[in-house]
Amino acid sequence: MTAARQVLTPQDTIERVLELSTADGCVVVSEERSEANVRWANNTLTTNGEMRSRKLAVISVVDGATGTASGVVERSAVTAEDLEPLVRAAEQAARDAGPADDASPLVQPSGDSPGWEAPPAVTSTETLAGFAASLGQAMDAARAQQRLLFGFAEHVMTSTYVGSSTGVRLRNDQPTGKVEINGKSADLKRSAWVGASTRDFGDIDVAALDTDLQQRLAWAERSVELPAGRYDTLLAPTAIADVLIYLYISATARAADEGRTVFSRQGGGNRIGDRLCELPLSLRSDPAAAGLQTSPFFAVTSSNELWSVFDVGMPVGATDWIRDGVLTSLVGSRAWAQRSGNEAVKPMIDNLILDAGSDSSRSLADMAAGVERGLMLTCLWYIREVDPQNLLLTGLTRDGVYLIEDGEVTGAVNNFRFNESPVDLLGRISDVGASSITLPREWNDFFTRTSMPPVRVPDFNMSTVSQAS
Amino acid sequence: MRELDPIFLALPMRELAATALQRARELGVDHADFRLERIRAQDISLRDAKLEGARTGEQLGFAVRVVHEGTWGFAAGVDLTTDEAARVAGRAVEVAKASAPVNSERIELAAEPTYGDVTWISAYDVDPFSVPDAEKIALLTDYSERLTASDGVDHVSAALQQVLENKFYADTAGTMTTQQRVRLMADFTAVAVDAAHGGFETMRTVAPPVGRGWEYLTGTGWDWNAELAQLPELLVEKTKAPSVEAGSHDLVIEPSNLFLTIHESIGHATELDRALGYEAAYAGTSFATFDQLGTLRYGSQVMNVTGDRTAEHGLATIGYDDEGVAGQQWDLVSDGVLVGYQLDRRMAHMKGLGRSNGCAFADSPGHIPLQRMANVSLQPAPGGPSTEELIGAVDRGLYVVGDKSWSIDMQRYNFQFTAQRFYKIEKGRLAGQVRDAAYQATTTDFWRSMEAVGGPETYLLAGAFNCGKAQPGQTAAVSHGCPSTLFRGVNILNARTEAGR
Repeated sequence: MTAARQVLTPQDTIERVLELSTADGCVVVSEERSEANVRWANNTLTTNGEMRSRKLAVISVVDGATGTASGVVERSAVTAEDLEPLVRAAEQAARDAGPADDASPLVQPSGDSPGWEAPPAVTSTETLAGFAASLGQAMDAARAQQRLLFGFAEHVMTSTYVGSSTGVRLRNDQPTGKVEINGKSADLKRSAWVGASTRDFGDIDVAALDTDLQQRLAWAERSVELPAGRYDTLLAPTAIADVLIYLYISATARAADEGRTVFSRQGGGNRIGDRLCELPLSLRSDPAAAGLQTSPFFAVTSSNELWSVFDVGMPVGATDWIRDGVLTSLVGSRAWAQRSGNEAVKPMIDNLILDAGSDSSRSLADMAAGVERGLMLTCLWYIREVDPQNLLLTGLTRDGVYLIEDGEVTGAVNNFRFNESPVDLLGRISDVGASSITLPREWNDFFTRTSMPPVRVPDFNMSTVSQAS
Repeated sequence: MRELDPIFLALPMRELAATALQRARELGVDHADFRLERIRAQDISLRDAKLEGARTGEQLGFAVRVVHEGTWGFAAGVDLTTDEAARVAGRAVEVAKASAPVNSERIELAAEPTYGDVTWISAYDVDPFSVPDAEKIALLTDYSERLTASDGVDHVSAALQQVLENKFYADTAGTMTTQQRVRLMADFTAVAVDAAHGGFETMRTVAPPVGRGWEYLTGTGWDWNAELAQLPELLVEKTKAPSVEAGSHDLVIEPSNLFLTIHESIGHATELDRALGYEAAYAGTSFATFDQLGTLRYGSQVMNVTGDRTAEHGLATIGYDDEGVAGQQWDLVSDGVLVGYQLDRRMAHMKGLGRSNGCAFADSPGHIPLQRMANVSLQPAPGGPSTEELIGAVDRGLYVVGDKSWSIDMQRYNFQFTAQRFYKIEKGRLAGQVRDAAYQATTTDFWRSMEAVGGPETYLLAGAFNCGKAQPGQTAAVSHGCPSTLFRGVNILNARTEAGR
């Protein structure tokens, strides 16, 4: 028989770690994760599974003669007997580290910690049962119509518990779900993509997604070869989401202040206060946004230029990064906010919303009706930074570039490689539709919660042609 | 000298494997495998020679994968008890049953000899987890300070990643492997800021990530002293360099840059799962479709590419893969023609290719093994030219050093790469750096334009830690060796012009 390895609850684990700690401060982050997923290709299952994992991070803080140091040690599958060595390792790491550049006083408790006592929330394959049945029907239909379906559906539940030596006790349950379906013609020449994010799969309508796919594949029955060049282009919400997420993770206050990013001001400092677009666009994050709810407190287990372990447990609220076209805030730690004397340095939040105010209710199709001759982009892929000075990004169009003529989609166009900066794009957007919850195609491994409108850019730079289909 | 970590060996993996495989057998599986992994990782970053962040992590868990009535099932757990091992095995079978209605392909695996109870350890000298953090941080601080102390350097970023990976694998056929490998990646980036004019430039070390231990940071396998000493001067030269003239140029590309082009345009394109469409919705497919095996003219006659899981210090090197297949080397492209793919056991059987070449890999205990990239390497020409001789053969062109930005389409046709340094070549000689360059091509056009590959003395095994594939996303480290090479007539873009400036 296996020797007994006592598994503690996350709450008991945190209390035990805090009792064991002999450092000047201690913060504990415990994460319980469960996941169910299914993946398919060529109208058949490829991989599937149900996984559980556990993570415990101990952040020790040591006040030394020359400043405050932190050490982070993280483990999965921690049992009762593992805790003491783990705490000592974190303390040793803090002593080895020397003064931390991002040191701040540990966060003090504020208000209640709802649900602290409750066990972790869990998901399982059963969450996907209804979806799998509908997918089976869609595959039957696809087979009958000589179409191929490829894709992935996933539901993840993460329960995060934070406790600290200052008395913070916080808990958050984060459901994250997504589905992506790629439909192709039997000869693989035509390809279309649809995706959706969800909290519980109750709102996923496979039949509706499949209808969407069929319409796009039908559009592609006529194909049009176009050369590289600048085109009047409608970007679907998922496409603009992907380039704006790149902008968001590049919006570091410290790097901007140091002269190292597109948000650095000529002559020194950052560009907060600069107008980035003439349209009254707002780019914001809000932990309470309906359908995009994310943790109301900050929890990370490492420090870098975007965030700090000293900020764990800090309440986070709605933040405008760009308000009415003007750069309003940049991302960073409390330490950098204080060091730079800048209150507009805000913690990163795990959702992103772009809207143009209340005067637009138009969909992508409505906007297409106003285009004389232009392109409609479904989604972008393999987006990478070419030049950090202007945040020039490159990438490819994927699974659906359509030609619009006199307000109607008249065919599918070859793919292109684009070279564009999202900062530049914001300034050139000429029209914006209604913002709605959308799954970013490229970034959804890390970032699923966005609300974006379709946008129109009169001169989108399609740099070269890609033969990919 | 090198031995399997006794703390890992003390974990109850044999009992858990026996319980899980027995439970799976009782439930009537065709095949079952059990994998227990512990992955230790430490990331340290410094900014301007001060510690920015340090995190030491450890993942531990196990998974059971089954083929039940011709359908895959997979489940993973973290509690190392026999009860949990039996539960997870049961869940894997449940998952297979639940998935059967959407499975239309009967899963069978290519035969592989059984190896009994075997061990394997990668080639390294010093386990990085045996070195005190204070010593590591002191070395990174010293290396960073050499840069911050230099004229023209305003900021310095340093990053170090270290991994110790232990895998235990057992299957119903009787193979049982216990393995250990170490890898390490370090880089230093110097930044020059021109605050008055609002610009900045960077220059990063090109030392590749390697399957070596801490000794790599102290001089074994790379001359850090030399590279750090040159970096500030190279950066200053770049800040003063003229912008590149867009258009067609001949290129001499160093391994420190070409490895990534190989990764994207050959490594991924010769993955059979991509060619068969399994990654169509995510990582993408491949222009090198299966019907072209043996006929596709991939590149010029001098192009010979191998896949391997055996190169010493290679990041994808291992004794046995995550399906119990022993490491091998094989041909992917011979004399410019596509002759092979990277395989796992399911695809090898399905396509009648015989034995798998051992490319199954899962990046963590909770993830499903899938076909991941081997070390994919371009072979040098015996007695081939030196880098200087290749440069000497160019009248007007660019010499390309160090990887930077990369992007390629989902069928691996159209790519665009930048570099740490582009040097102008004029009449066979280097004529200083240029800025803002990117090279862009279609894969087969590019490899067919390769006129010459350098000799073995120009060969370098470079690589990357961050190759992404699959859903749920998995990350793998992989090496690519290559010599210096000469390409004719490649399209060069000017990034400033592309940005509309």
